Amino acid sequence: MRRNGPLALIFHTIFVIVMVAPILVVCLVAFTPEGFLSLPTNGFSLRWFRTILNYPEFIHAFWVSLGLGALSSFVSLLFAVPAALAIARYRFRGRDALAALFLSPLMIPHVVLGIAFLRFFTSAGLGGSFAALIIAHVIIVFPFALRLTLAAATGMDRTVEMAAVSLGAGGWTLFRRVTLPLILPGVISGWALAFIQSFDDLTMTVFLAAPGTETLPVRMFLYIQDNIDPLVTSVSACVIAITMTALILLDRFYGLDRVLAGKGDTGR
Amino acid sequence: MSMAAEERSARAPWALTAPALMLFVGVLLIPLAMTVMLSFHDWGQYKGIEPVFILKNWHEIATDPYYAEMFWRTFRIAILTTFLTALLGAPEAYILNRMSGRWKSFFLLVILGPLLISVVARTLGWALLFGGNNGLVNKLLMSLGTIRSPIPFMFTETGMVVALAHVMMPFMVLSVWAALQRLDPQIENAAMSLGAGPVTIIRRIIMPQIMPGVLSGAIIVFSLSASAFATPAIIGGRRLKVAATLAYDEFLNTLNWPLGAAVATLLLVALVLIVVGSNALIERRYAEVFR
Repeated sequence: MRRNGPLALIFHTIFVIVMVAPILVVCLVAFTPEGFLSLPTNGFSLRWFRTILNYPEFIHAFWVSLGLGALSSFVSLLFAVPAALAIARYRFRGRDALAALFLSPLMIPHVVLGIAFLRFFTSAGLGGSFAALIIAHVIIVFPFALRLTLAAATGMDRTVEMAAVSLGAGGWTLFRRVTLPLILPGVISGWALAFIQSFDDLTMTVFLAAPGTETLPVRMFLYIQDNIDPLVTSVSACVIAITMTALILLDRFYGLDRVLAGKGDTGR
Repeated sequence: MSMAAEERSARAPWALTAPALMLFVGVLLIPLAMTVMLSFHDWGQYKGIEPVFILKNWHEIATDPYYAEMFWRTFRIAILTTFLTALLGAPEAYILNRMSGRWKSFFLLVILGPLLISVVARTLGWALLFGGNNGLVNKLLMSLGTIRSPIPFMFTETGMVVALAHVMMPFMVLSVWAALQRLDPQIENAAMSLGAGPVTIIRRIIMPQIMPGVLSGAIIVFSLSASAFATPAIIGGRRLKVAATLAYDEFLNTLNWPLGAAVATLLLVALVLIVVGSNALIERRYAEVFR
């Protein structure tokens, strides 16, 4: 194959700079020693990171986001793992329709989901509750949990299972001792990707969160609507750092290209 | 297989999917149906929501030019964003694909990574870069002599399209990338050995083969841009409304839920029709590629 020419490399350089610039500028401004938005030209300072500690609502929102992400990803896996095993192993009527239904939260705009859940949970008397947030997040992260588990279950070596069955294992023992360990990398990666999706969701959560159950993106969004100051850049820098850590772990253990391939698949 | 075992294996997939199916029917399909029903309810400043069946909200959306303008703006922004991502994302995917191993995976991580970084943080970055008339972007463009006077980016559609294109770019690169993986590099070499120049190769060999990737990327980018919330809300401010931000306003500020539900339902139906329709068109046009 031919190499990239100089023009292609110039285009590539500009492209990468533009892709990275907004993220970089947030992280740089977060270290400003000034009291206003500016690039740190007179040395770096952690003052705006310390300022976060004076805003308990950001700290609280962070714990809400963390708990919500961890719990909803776990619960969605409880539903997704058996469903993935069924879809990977059996050819049954309605299989494609079921798969399409389970992937449909990818295709439905999150603003519509937010409205639907707001209406539903308010009628159910759960409006603004943490339980409502969990259930809603279980639905929106489900496709990610399902897809990675499905990939692991499809690529699994069935002979090991057959050997276990021939030795008398069955039912729960078979699943716990043989099947689950074999698909575990897929399940853990599914959990991580689901966690990131839940941790970052704004559009749907902004409809459901009430004071006390506001997640970090919601808190940041409401703050930005009023004013943009270095405080929100230092909070963003922390969020970016957390996501980057999760991303690097995901890349190490599973391969980011595998995680992302088909991420935008619209449920076809 | 014995009769009992056969019966069990026919029931097994349903037993395994039943919990998830019940979850989806209970907390996804029912709420969606409730939202569609809500759009037919009445609402008044003092009486609140009245569960009657009327077409008032749909009539208002159909006749008030405010909504037509808002939907037209939403789709205009989505179309421009889609074009911008295709125009820049497709060549970038091609360049990436020709890089050697280590660089390829490094830059792939750099370009796809932002997909998982908070949209609020990414949009905040653009708000900082645009920042009024002497933001960094304008300073740079003026010092390069590209523009004479600063372009207003904040609170404009231009700014929204730029920021949205950045947010959506990874989807386009990923989609074209996937199409490029199916491409046989030997075809390019064959064309070269037959005397085709680089322009001919790109136009006659590469373009037709990555077109399905560009189109399916375009569908994803379009549907996500048309329903985007965070970026239009932060860059567009309170006045420049798109469908998602208008629905948000109706629900959490005006409290006219039935009207907000009608806007959301219309957005959902329009998007599903556009996505399903163009998917079918693409699959028919490029049937051989999807085999």
